[in-house]
Amino acid sequence: MNGVDKQLLDIRDLTVELRDRRGPILPVDSVSFSLERGKTLAIVGESGSGKSMLCRAILGLVPSHGSILFNGHDTGKLSASEMNRIRGREIGVVLQNPLSSLNPVMTIASQIMEPMRCHLGLGARESREKALALMGAVGIPHPQERLSCYPHQLSGGMRQRVAIAIALACDPQLLIADEPTTALDVTVQSEILGLLSRLQQERNMSLILVSHDLGVVAGVADEIAVMYAGRIVELGPAGAIFERMRMRYTQALFDAIPRIDDPPHRRLPNIPDQPPDFAALPPGCRFAPRCASAGEICRNKYPPLVADGDERHSYACWFPCELKEAGR
Amino acid sequence: MVSSIPGLGRVVPMASPDLKKGFTFYAACGWLALVVLCALGAGLWPLPFTLDQIDSEHLAAWPGGEHLLGTDAMGRDVLVRLLFGSRVSLIVGSCAPLLGLGVGLLLGMPAAWCSGWSERLIMTCTDVILAFPALIFLLVFASILGPSLITITLGLGLLLSPRFIRVVRANTARFRKSEFVLAARISGAGEGSILLKEVLPNIMGPLLAYSLVVTGYVIVVEGALAFLGLSVPSPAPSWGGMIAAGRDVLEEAPHVAIIPMATMFLTVLAVNLLGDRLRGRYERS
Amino acid sequence: MHQLLKKLLHLVVVVLAVTLLTFVMTDRLPADVAAEINGRGATAADLGEVRERLGLNRPVLIRYASWLGDICRGKLGNSLATEQPVAESLRSHLPVTLELLFLSQLFALLLAIPAGIITAWRAGSRLDRLTGTFAFGCASLPNYALAMGLVLLFSLKLKLLPATGYTPMSVGLAANLKGFLLPAFAIALVEWVILMRVLRSDLIATLKEDFILLARCKGLPAWRILLVHALRPSLFTFITVLGMQAASLIGGAVIIETLFALPGIGRLLVNAIFAQDYPLIQGAVLLITLAYVLINFLVDLCYGLLDPRVRTGGADG
Repeated sequence: MNGVDKQLLDIRDLTVELRDRRGPILPVDSVSFSLERGKTLAIVGESGSGKSMLCRAILGLVPSHGSILFNGHDTGKLSASEMNRIRGREIGVVLQNPLSSLNPVMTIASQIMEPMRCHLGLGARESREKALALMGAVGIPHPQERLSCYPHQLSGGMRQRVAIAIALACDPQLLIADEPTTALDVTVQSEILGLLSRLQQERNMSLILVSHDLGVVAGVADEIAVMYAGRIVELGPAGAIFERMRMRYTQALFDAIPRIDDPPHRRLPNIPDQPPDFAALPPGCRFAPRCASAGEICRNKYPPLVADGDERHSYACWFPCELKEAGR
Repeated sequence: MVSSIPGLGRVVPMASPDLKKGFTFYAACGWLALVVLCALGAGLWPLPFTLDQIDSEHLAAWPGGEHLLGTDAMGRDVLVRLLFGSRVSLIVGSCAPLLGLGVGLLLGMPAAWCSGWSERLIMTCTDVILAFPALIFLLVFASILGPSLITITLGLGLLLSPRFIRVVRANTARFRKSEFVLAARISGAGEGSILLKEVLPNIMGPLLAYSLVVTGYVIVVEGALAFLGLSVPSPAPSWGGMIAAGRDVLEEAPHVAIIPMATMFLTVLAVNLLGDRLRGRYERS
Repeated sequence: MHQLLKKLLHLVVVVLAVTLLTFVMTDRLPADVAAEINGRGATAADLGEVRERLGLNRPVLIRYASWLGDICRGKLGNSLATEQPVAESLRSHLPVTLELLFLSQLFALLLAIPAGIITAWRAGSRLDRLTGTFAFGCASLPNYALAMGLVLLFSLKLKLLPATGYTPMSVGLAANLKGFLLPAFAIALVEWVILMRVLRSDLIATLKEDFILLARCKGLPAWRILLVHALRPSLFTFITVLGMQAASLIGGAVIIETLFALPGIGRLLVNAIFAQDYPLIQGAVLLITLAYVLINFLVDLCYGLLDPRVRTGGADG
């Protein structure tokens, strides 16, 4: 395998420009990263940091500039119908809220079978059998009986399993899971997360896992990208990030994870204020207004992404955390 | 807020096209002002012909010349009749919705406020009237009182009441649990005064917008009634009556029908535009 | 099931109330039907005899009760003016009304559904604004004015279609359809507007849903997203309005029927009122109200077909 083939997804300077009432805004701003086959990338950040918009840009659902190489194809050069083929067949998507992301007036069966019939040209019988197998694989008990059910007849966890089955229908090479566990009960969350990670290994898929919770992705991610206000502020292998996190925002997210060995009634440190408004971004580091360590330069000049010893670990911070400081 | 009078069409709140906001708005206002001016001044201006003056030399004459907008089949001046006819459309178009609004407020607000048998009674009556063929009501009403301006205004106003009751009830119910109502109640205000002083000012905007939409509809219905001889009795002019009469000479002298049609169309369009603008304003806020 | 029963009861109450109200109101008509039947030189004794025969001197509630009893035995009575059975008159006029209803709603749907879908899909575009302006104009146009305009253009000037008149279907389908084309179109061109509007706004709301985003993520073509995923959940208000429009056309298209000389239920009713033909009025009103109730019922059934959540009666979860 040469280097090109190893990369499934390679994104360079991806920028999404939307028109707000107050003018153009950039919910995704010069984002670059790459993802190898069979690996998991976690994109972590608060809500409103541009994570979902980034996913939509990868899927070609919002207009963007920059280059997206998927499987060696520049998706910006594809026609609408070719892009549709990639979306349904090569990339599977699981959305945040399983209660609203399934069509309420279509049966489970028809929703799982739809991509197979559209993209693979399977007949009714074949796709039905495959749907049954998929439902078994995602852990839906008695799939035969559930086929003709409607979404409202299933529980939240079951619905998310159905959504995963839909995403896997055409054996995609990449699965994008946008906050797949946020809307679920805690016990169901870990089940779904385990399921995703198992399926990813079994099928040798790449997985982009979007979450606002650094703790959720800790066990499953190979790489982690931390996003803040539309930009990647720290990127690297999961191990490197957890061991030597440099960016102050990553540190803040890390501190917000509740831990089992916390003393009772410990108050979780929270990050003050809200993420900035895209229409009124500060001129320097976007995290500066909320950062305790921010200095003069942070308010005036945006920090570049710099490598941290290890080539693959980079961060954007003028005053990075000292190594002994990180990890608590 | 979609409703219809069974048998006579429907009251349709519309969303206006996003034209150049200023121009259409002022054009609509200007046109309505012109119509009102004509209705008020019809008797004052020195017109070359009187209302019922028959010019037997010019039967169904084309527009231009002595008669600016031509004459109808009986040789009466179309312009003069149009001017006087605007009174009917304006009176019916303004009074019938006002009557409906009054009844709607009187019954709709209590229906929204007190749940229980009185609400159910009012709403069931509303349903029955909505299901009742409007034509029977209007025909019987006209047969008893005789066809006149007052009859059709009263009849249409009463027919429209159930729709107003529904709209008032829906609008009032939104405020039942609102904080300012609670505050007024805590400070000891009676339910009646809460409805009058706190709720009424809040629902008047949407209701006026709805009334304007209804106004356009009523102007159209007056014309429909004219076809059945239930509008103002001949020879008194009304736009609907002129359109109905123009049907007999549609081939030879289409202007007899088309001129009042165009006038009615522009008026209804203007009223709808204003109603829509008003509605848009209250929906946004 | 409980809900359905309640609805049914409500509808029965509506039918009873409407027919009773009709009875009371027609009773208040000032003219004397007995005098009409007897002609001018009738004596008081003659009139009394006619009233006795027709049962007109009994109190109105008693007459209503006896009429209801007759209905239950399947008798609608005879027309006072023509002595023909009321059922026969209704049967001969109903096909005209139904055909007008069917064709006008068909035209309205053919205009409203594509226009609603396209304007929702391309909301805010030039096409959307243009359609909106055209629709706004249509809705401000009285349908009788539109009908006269169509007659002037297609019948009197172009001589393509007959201006008035009804040809039964048995005589010739083509001639029959030709006669219905203009009246149906005059109704449709006013009615499609509201249908288009509600479809457009509901569809725009649906297109913002998560499951549409997921459908787009599935890489489905636009037509499939619109027609298979978005359309069905957006049809609720549409069906309601369609039902109301259809219900109002039974017996309500009087002006159009008059303008085009179509012998429909509306004209039958108006003529019956002018002739004070009580049994005929009652029969027609009963038919109209039953149609209203039936259509209401069908609309409710459609809700169940559109959304499985209504069918099982269960809430979310």
